Amino acid sequence: MVKGTLGATILSGLVAMGAVPALSAERITLASTTSVDNSGLLGHILLEFTRQTGISVHVLAQGTGQALATAARGDADLVLVHDPEAEAEFIAQGHGTDRRQIAWNDFVVVGPRADPAHISGVHDPVAAFTAVAAARAPFVSRGDKSGTDALEHRLWRASGIDPTKIGDGSWYRDIGGGMGAALNIASSVGAYTLSDRGTWLSFGNKGDLSVLVEGDPRLLNRYDVILLDPAKHPEAKQGPARRLADWLVSTEGQTAIGAYEMNGEQLFHPSAAAPK
Amino acid sequence: MIVVVNAFLGLPPVVVGLALYMLLSRSGLLGGLGLLFSPGAMVLAQALLAIPIVTALVHSASIELWAEFGGALLIDGATRPRALPHLLAMGRTRLVTAVLAGFGRTISEVGAILMVGGNIAGYTRTMTTAIVLETSKGNLSLALGLGFVLIGISIVVSATIFALGMRGGRLW
Repeated sequence: MVKGTLGATILSGLVAMGAVPALSAERITLASTTSVDNSGLLGHILLEFTRQTGISVHVLAQGTGQALATAARGDADLVLVHDPEAEAEFIAQGHGTDRRQIAWNDFVVVGPRADPAHISGVHDPVAAFTAVAAARAPFVSRGDKSGTDALEHRLWRASGIDPTKIGDGSWYRDIGGGMGAALNIASSVGAYTLSDRGTWLSFGNKGDLSVLVEGDPRLLNRYDVILLDPAKHPEAKQGPARRLADWLVSTEGQTAIGAYEMNGEQLFHPSAAAPK
Repeated sequence: MIVVVNAFLGLPPVVVGLALYMLLSRSGLLGGLGLLFSPGAMVLAQALLAIPIVTALVHSASIELWAEFGGALLIDGATRPRALPHLLAMGRTRLVTAVLAGFGRTISEVGAILMVGGNIAGYTRTMTTAIVLETSKGNLSLALGLGFVLIGISIVVSATIFALGMRGGRLW
């Protein structure tokens, strides 16, 4: 609290000197994932939200793990992420409250058309991962604690395989980067990787990659909006943040999400009324 | 003082970015300023990265110039403060180089400003962070195009500073 007061004093001094523009109350920071931002969804729907409410939204496109960490430090006003386990922990630690699902789509396993591990047409992602490991075919892992990375590790656990211990482990490449970076590398070296469908559809450098595994219930991808708990984060802008969260699950917000298409394909399916 | 400046010459931008990030975060020492993820934080990071380079180059130029001309200026009757502008005018080539080195470091910077700016569209997105973003979206030709524009801007600005710096000693 002393820290906050000192900071506020310095800030008011800087504002008075004209060094820092006075902060508008109607500006909030949304910590979110690259999949909803890089696919263009947020740019599309937030324009509508800002027009209706006058609240401008600053989007931080990070992985789910990083977005939750940013919010936990108090540097965001709400989060929009897609890793149910990490979200539950975030709420259990008292950082978040009022989690609501806004949309879903799915994950896909993509890989080179030549398909050295012969997983094309396999529906079970765990069986597909097992086949990739057996073939020691190149596989790119995000390794960045994002929602996609978390699902990938859950699938490996389900297969009973520790990919770093199969062969010399060099076929399994932990790149420590975002979805786009993973797809760029997979595309250039002909590797398999797990991607969310939104990023995959909007990705511009697919090269020889194509979708090989899709449609399994374990590949469901849920996006949740979570507000910060005012008890732990009094600095978060509760009012405008709640308006954005409410708008996302409202008829208007849900219609805007469903209307977003890329090359004629719907990227996100609104699901506030009937969470998956 | 100059030892500290020289030690900061090789300061890795990501470390500056991380340190500022932790300092400016709401849970950090200067969190109350609300500067994280704002252009102000980026300016701070750039200043921390550029100041040591400019300072070190200007310092070394001044020492050499003073050794060469300082005595003569004082003999001609100039006081130390009055000798300074003449000295700097004579060393303007090296001062221009110092400014250009600082400019070069800041315009090409991406690591620190990505961390403390957050790459927010229309607010803290720069040419360099846009190139990183477009590359990650697989839009390689757009990223490359932005790269050429950035190089073009850099050449134009450098040439302008150089030309201005070279034009007549009275300019300084």
